[in-house]
Amino acid sequence: MHNEATRSFSTSASFQMNPPAVITAENLTKSYGELTAVDGISFEVPAGESFGLLGPNGAGKSTTMKMIGGVSQRTSGKLSIMGLDPETHGPEVRAHLGVVPQQDNLDEELKVRENLIVYGRYFGLPLSYLRPKADELLEFAQLTDKAKSRVDALSGGMKRRLTIARSLINEPKILLLDEPTTGLDPQARHILWDWLFRLKEQGVTLILTTHYMDEAEQLCDRLIVVDKGRIMAEGSPGSLIREYSTREVLELRFGSERNATIGRELEGIGERVETLPDRVLIYTNDGESALEQVSARRLHPVTSLVRRSSLEDVFLRLTGRSLVD
Amino acid sequence: MTSAHSPAVSAGRAKRWGSFFYAEQVLRVMRGYGWSVFLYSVGQPVAYLFAMGVGLASLVDANSAAVFGGVNYLTFIAPALLVSSAVMTATGDFSYPIMDGFKWRRVFYGPHASPLVPQQIATGHIMASALKFLVQSVVYFSIVAAFGASPGPWGWVSAIVATVAGLSFGLPLMAYASTITKDSGQFALVQRFIVVPLFLFSGTFFPLDSLPLGVRWIGWISPVWHGTQLGRFFTYGLEENPLLTLAHVLFLVGLAAAGWTLTRRQFVRRMGA
Repeated sequence: MHNEATRSFSTSASFQMNPPAVITAENLTKSYGELTAVDGISFEVPAGESFGLLGPNGAGKSTTMKMIGGVSQRTSGKLSIMGLDPETHGPEVRAHLGVVPQQDNLDEELKVRENLIVYGRYFGLPLSYLRPKADELLEFAQLTDKAKSRVDALSGGMKRRLTIARSLINEPKILLLDEPTTGLDPQARHILWDWLFRLKEQGVTLILTTHYMDEAEQLCDRLIVVDKGRIMAEGSPGSLIREYSTREVLELRFGSERNATIGRELEGIGERVETLPDRVLIYTNDGESALEQVSARRLHPVTSLVRRSSLEDVFLRLTGRSLVD
Repeated sequence: MTSAHSPAVSAGRAKRWGSFFYAEQVLRVMRGYGWSVFLYSVGQPVAYLFAMGVGLASLVDANSAAVFGGVNYLTFIAPALLVSSAVMTATGDFSYPIMDGFKWRRVFYGPHASPLVPQQIATGHIMASALKFLVQSVVYFSIVAAFGASPGPWGWVSAIVATVAGLSFGLPLMAYASTITKDSGQFALVQRFIVVPLFLFSGTFFPLDSLPLGVRWIGWISPVWHGTQLGRFFTYGLEENPLLTLAHVLFLVGLAAAGWTLTRRQFVRRMGA
């Protein structure tokens, strides 16, 4: 379906005008025995781009990230980071990267500032560089007054900020972020997004996975929608929405018993009707007039909402399933 | 942004010194427990040497100095206590912290994303622990010497012997610990059914050949026995066949090397690449 079309699109010369690719993946595949976690995906990321992998849990996003991060070997395909193969040049590749893992793995028993310094030592960096750099990053992370606290005394949001600060200790040109804001409260998420914007402005290439569509829309210049280890679509958030969805969506709730039956009676309104267990979605360019048509058919939803299309709708269209189950 | 370094330089340094970088991390964490490590390394020998070497010895020495190769009981057991202490510390350092690294707090995975490779993480952990055993054994030996239980001039070598014995027992344990994915009390079993018997039946409190043959083999395969005999050789000049002395060295070093090799292999297998 869209699969083949988008894949050939991704390997075409559409990014020739951009800076050279810092990451190139060709038919990247990872199998664990019978299970194929990543099933032949191809993409390129030019320097300075913010590139996202959007998909539900288990789609193969983290596995892809681990292969890019040089900590998991691919089963087949080609992969190049800064022109190096992570399989043969693991340390060299990892020296280029900053990595924010899905689960924080800070040294809980060390002090906050010491975490940054110790991590910098792994990159062979001298203390004369690390001391001022650690202070600079603590300020950036708004953790200066916590510098001497032990990590286990920090809140979840602070730990996340420290993990991101730690990933920047070697001034990486490529930052890998695996579900950077999962588990954070909305305020902490916005602080992190603001941060990532600033890094992007400094020319850092961001690669991030997320199953939050708002995060993908906020942060990504371009993204791939991944499901079951395959690329379902590729493009900017705006172009994906234009391509796979309508301008607006009318969401109707008739109560869980009635959604399915009423969904059938709504056929013909808007461009497409999608019936979910908890609500009915009508894809249309004009939500208000669609709602009037619903009323005209003497159907009265418990609640109704007109909103703009999002990546969630793109995902639903591509896979027939919601992003967050 | 000006860069004080380049990725190529980082990778080169990490390849050469990576184990030391990780050892530095482990030592920094240990520093947080500095006081308890110090109190343990001083308090334990004082308590043991006093109880066994002074209390128990007053009974033993009154009976049969000949059984213990002509030295008093305190001198006889001091090397054994020194070696046992290092082995027990090793049991702690190479069991739960490995689970912690892979599973609980996943501390191994932080450096894994840096230019370090899994073998270096394993080796760094081992280096830091070895240094800890050495410091602890030197403190222990100083107290042994203060008790007058190391008459010869080469007694200090027994601190090194104890360190090697700690690794000899600890590294195979580390190799095993790094295969465990689910903690269901394995380490408590190791403690009860391996460490304690080794402590009791390794010629620690009485010569191994005073045991029936049926259990003497426990000593022969025990790093505690090999380490203890070697320690006795250095502290008071235990007389034994030189080939046997050489066998102690080979056994301890060989077991440590095998454990180290298996550990490195298992770290790579578990962490990938």
